[in-house]
Amino acid sequence: MSLLFLVWSHLKRKKLRSALTLLSITVAFVLFGLLCALKEAFTAGVSLADADRLITRHKISLIQPLPVSYRPRIERIPGVASAVHMTWFNGIYQDPKNFFGSFPVDPAPFLEMYPEILLPADQKEAWLAQRNGAVVGRTLVNRFGWKIGDRVPLMSPIWPRQGDAPWEFEIVGIYDGAKKGTDTSGFYFRYDYFDEGRARDKGIVSWYGIRIARGARVEEVAKAVDEEFANSPYETKTEPEGAFAQGFVQQVGDIGTILIAILSAVFFTILLVAGNTMAQSVRERTGEIGVLKAVGFTNARVLGLVLVESCLLAGIGGLIGLALVWTYTTAHGSPVPSILPVFYVPTRDLLRGASLAAALGLATGILPALQAVRLRVADALRRQS
Amino acid sequence: MLNWLSQILSVTLFNLRTVPQRKGAAIAAAVGIAGVVTVLVGVLSIAEGFRAAMTVSGSPDVAIVLRSGADSEMTSGLSRDEVRLVAQAPGVARTPDGPLASAELFVIINLPKRSTGTDANVPFRGVEKAAVPVRGDVQIIEGRMFEPGRNEIVVGSGMARTVAGLEVGRSVRIGQVEWTVVGVVSARGGVAESELWTDAAVLQPAYHREDNYQSVMVRLTSPKAFDEFKDALTTNPQLKVKAVRQADFYAEQSSMLTSFIRGVGVAVALLMALGAMFGALNTMYSAVAARTREIATLRALGFGSSPVILSVLLESLVLALLGGTAGALAAYAAFDGYQAATINWQTFSQLAFAFRVTPPLLAQAIAWAAVIGAIGGLFPAVRAARLPIAAGLRDT
Repeated sequence: MSLLFLVWSHLKRKKLRSALTLLSITVAFVLFGLLCALKEAFTAGVSLADADRLITRHKISLIQPLPVSYRPRIERIPGVASAVHMTWFNGIYQDPKNFFGSFPVDPAPFLEMYPEILLPADQKEAWLAQRNGAVVGRTLVNRFGWKIGDRVPLMSPIWPRQGDAPWEFEIVGIYDGAKKGTDTSGFYFRYDYFDEGRARDKGIVSWYGIRIARGARVEEVAKAVDEEFANSPYETKTEPEGAFAQGFVQQVGDIGTILIAILSAVFFTILLVAGNTMAQSVRERTGEIGVLKAVGFTNARVLGLVLVESCLLAGIGGLIGLALVWTYTTAHGSPVPSILPVFYVPTRDLLRGASLAAALGLATGILPALQAVRLRVADALRRQS
Repeated sequence: MLNWLSQILSVTLFNLRTVPQRKGAAIAAAVGIAGVVTVLVGVLSIAEGFRAAMTVSGSPDVAIVLRSGADSEMTSGLSRDEVRLVAQAPGVARTPDGPLASAELFVIINLPKRSTGTDANVPFRGVEKAAVPVRGDVQIIEGRMFEPGRNEIVVGSGMARTVAGLEVGRSVRIGQVEWTVVGVVSARGGVAESELWTDAAVLQPAYHREDNYQSVMVRLTSPKAFDEFKDALTTNPQLKVKAVRQADFYAEQSSMLTSFIRGVGVAVALLMALGAMFGALNTMYSAVAARTREIATLRALGFGSSPVILSVLLESLVLALLGGTAGALAAYAAFDGYQAATINWQTFSQLAFAFRVTPPLLAQAIAWAAVIGAIGGLFPAVRAARLPIAAGLRDT
């Protein structure tokens, strides 16, 4: 008689209890998956930051603008390979609630600076050729059902167009992300078209992205950039992309930490409840285990029997839970695209979840299993009645 | 009827007396439900506190004027002429000192957060003399108000707590200008507590915004005067502005974060409720299974099936309510009044606020516990009632 058959019979004996326990474990791991996705969504910018890129912004805050004329000056600084400017456009499509990031950029240097933005060559040509062309990320395109050739009108509360007409864009390209966590919810269009059309404050941009030259040192370049503009009306603060992203995570502050702490507490509470049930169900079977031992089951087999049962429940429950989250996030992406554009479960967290499930199985099985091993056959059989 | 009730009562009491024998499972179920309630209350108290901080300042007889098309102060811009026309519009309350209107400038500066030392986006507001009487709830709690024309700032108490280096008497260098902190203000926990204030006329040149404002806040003669005020502005061909009631404006500015946190809270609580429900079902099914013989005996003695159903249901409800109440109290102790600060993406700046566990929140949470308990008890109860009596008596 195979071990698995015995385990299966045990699980079947109280079908309902097995099913309910399995479901609790599944729910716990769904929660675990969502927790990981949420955490990743908060910190994706940090983990995906390019170590060779810097961000230069106005020293007072990101809101203060910088002149577009800084680009050649930054590029002359030793250790800087290239620089691009970015501008916060705050484009509104139909309703302010449809929020997404939109930025005027210089197409060629921009694409060179951010190789994680994958744009087919012919679409890049089209963008360079068309002044009001826009390149849009895959998730954003899917969100609004746009396709290449569509005309998209955007209003910007910051940047009214001359004559107060909406800005008209034509989608000429759709980009994908080079990595799994790359934000593909951006809307990029040409700076020349934007600068010509804006009603006021021509020639200013929001921040700069800088790529440092091979062998140059990040801290030194950042310092050199800030020194270049010290004591000017537009003083700068330059920091590595990762530190910049980390700064935003810190701004969310306690709330992010508290949400994650609460979710973790929930996860462990559910595991505790499920684990208790599983341990209970082994304890109730003292008599049967005595019978098994009486008919010649070795201690090792009894140990294996109990452990396999708890691991099977935990493993199946855990895998179903993780699979549910993975399928959902892969198929639907973020449930709140305007707040968390990036939403997926990283592979390392899937692995972490799987090992947690295994650990749960072992932890809930090991005590009752050892009890079962220590059990004297005569005691067990007597206790049954 | 009376007999029926006394049957229910005696069976329920009998059941409850056996709970200590099933401690482990009963505690597990109650803990699960307590967990649901704690989580629900905890997460929603964040949203509640955030919304309260944003809306406590909203007064029905105060209005804010922005450039038409702007959705926040940051994206708005008004000239000196426009500001003057707004202050003179009908409906604006007046004092011997002039109209109760404050033209304001709103910039964001980076200052180090006390907890991490990293940059926080802090709102820095240039205001006019009327700013305090217009708002009505701003009070100096330490030091004094800034003097017009000088580089002095007063700090909201929430920001003073969140950001390092804002003690009264300290000087702060922002850009190339040196400012002195001269006072701390409170505003019943509202938005002004998260801001730095100075004289608008001083802030303008410091930020190269001569003759430029972003909003005008006005106190109206009465809440009813709003329509008249709004019509006067929108029909004036010299103005391209929009007027919003302060309460609506702040509610809108908190909508994104509030609905996000509520969404997370409810989604998590739903999942957790499922988990807890499975736990409760497990507990009650085992309870019924363990008492098969007792139940069969009761039925054989002439107890009806509905007292048995109700007694199991009541037992589950009692466990759930105990767990729910414990969870609600724990959440209240842990979260109510907890001081936090987070970034409000709609204003792109930090808001300091206190978590709030409100009575409706507690009631809502205990209602959840009751529903979980009811469902967790119902199915086992029905099974208990359907037990064949003869087989149940033979059960070992």
